[in-house]
Amino acid sequence: MVAEIPPSNIEAAFVLDALQKNIRVDGRGIYDYRALRISCGPAPGMVEVQLGQTRVLARVSCEVTRPAPERPTEGIVLFSCELGSMAAPGLESGGGGGPRASAQEVAVSRMIERIIRQSRAIDTEALCIMAGIKVWTMRIDLHFLDHSGNLVDAAAVATIAALRHFRRPDVTVDGETAIIHDPRDRNPVPLSIHHTPVCVSFAFLGAAGDLVVLDPSLLEEQTQAAAFTITLNAHREICALNKAGGVPLDASQIGRCMQVAVAKSDELIDAINAALGLNKS
Amino acid sequence: MTDIKVVIPGDAVDTHMEVDGQEQQVLRLGPGLSHIGDTINAVNAGVLHSSSDGSQYWVVSNKRRYVAAEGEPVVGVVVARHAEGYRVDIGSAHDALLPLLAFEGATKRNKPNLAVGTTVYARVSVANSLMDPEIECFNSNTGKAEGFGELGEGFMFKCSLGLARRLFSSKAPVLNALGSKLPFEVAVGLNGRVWINTEKPETTVLVANAIKNSEFLDAKQCRQMVNELLDKH
Repeated sequence: MVAEIPPSNIEAAFVLDALQKNIRVDGRGIYDYRALRISCGPAPGMVEVQLGQTRVLARVSCEVTRPAPERPTEGIVLFSCELGSMAAPGLESGGGGGPRASAQEVAVSRMIERIIRQSRAIDTEALCIMAGIKVWTMRIDLHFLDHSGNLVDAAAVATIAALRHFRRPDVTVDGETAIIHDPRDRNPVPLSIHHTPVCVSFAFLGAAGDLVVLDPSLLEEQTQAAAFTITLNAHREICALNKAGGVPLDASQIGRCMQVAVAKSDELIDAINAALGLNKS
Repeated sequence: MTDIKVVIPGDAVDTHMEVDGQEQQVLRLGPGLSHIGDTINAVNAGVLHSSSDGSQYWVVSNKRRYVAAEGEPVVGVVVARHAEGYRVDIGSAHDALLPLLAFEGATKRNKPNLAVGTTVYARVSVANSLMDPEIECFNSNTGKAEGFGELGEGFMFKCSLGLARRLFSSKAPVLNALGSKLPFEVAVGLNGRVWINTEKPETTVLVANAIKNSEFLDAKQCRQMVNELLDKH
């Protein structure tokens, strides 16, 4: 198995050297996203997101299960991330959130869980069929197909787009029995989604972390001194902030990132709406 | 010869070609072909090429994972230092070994000291299926560096193996188009790694992006793309 190899000295030095002059190695501006492409389908709840060379496939599926005893009226939402050697040769396969999951895989899947579950983007009570007996269990599988930096932003767009693209079978409850209608008989219904959170990630480079870039590429991620992810929704509410380790940052830097993130999150949400075939609201 | 012959691994390749009524006696097999038993088989998927006199056959294929082959120049990164040599990542399944004495003018007392993370340009000297590959930074016959050695300042990026092979030719359209407009240094490794150096970082970024963009462009499109990039520059 090939271990992950850090960038060579000349690559790391060049990234910093060029960034001192506000030049990024891929020719972007420091506050530019790479090209974002969202393709939905063919099945409902299947969305592939391409952010530059980074590719993530999200797949949403559902089944009827018994609810958790402490939450009898709420549906269940499960996440599974797979970040293996398919994405980058240095990563180990066979994680799937299991005991062999890499630190990066855990970090990404926690972040996605946090922005979807803890920001209550999915209305879990709407997933209840019969209280205490039957609820929908939603399963969100994230497959990372190509890792070229900034997995979190791509995964967040893929997840929320897939959830909004998904249609579950319609159900009618008649007394004690629930009828799950075949999609051919009755049109499947969309999930009840409260809001659309998206992630905007920054990388801070240089020894003091004073060089900031938006949407870091893999090389920039490997040379960064600190990373910072802001999660926002269309109402400009902050759903999550994440800064795991790295050098301390100035309040002024955070403020500036926040302003950039507000503008960029609008662009991301517009892109999701456009991909789902909705008009700009 | 206008028809393109595509081969997939396992295909038997017919190399019997008659030139002036005489069958070719000596046959050289290039990348992607292997002599197994009595037949010649393709081991890579790609387009079969042959020299006009029918003495050489090779397969042009494109992939991203390097398999070391003897004599090929590669760009590698030092990952560890051992008593007898350096371990160098050349992008293949196994790291290559670079002996301490495989440099121009190196002796037991005087040998180069490379830090972990250093980029080197080297030639594959040993490559077979049973051993880790070995590389050297000089020509072992003449003892001269011949351009191999440590790559200092500059930038390295990765590309597909097919593109690297095309860049290696002196007729590579993108390098010619760039070279006619601005000065730069380049070292192409057939392992899909390209090292470049120019005077200013913005020019280095431009050259790197032009080379990466040229993957699917022909000569005319390359010149156009380079001109567009230079206009924006």
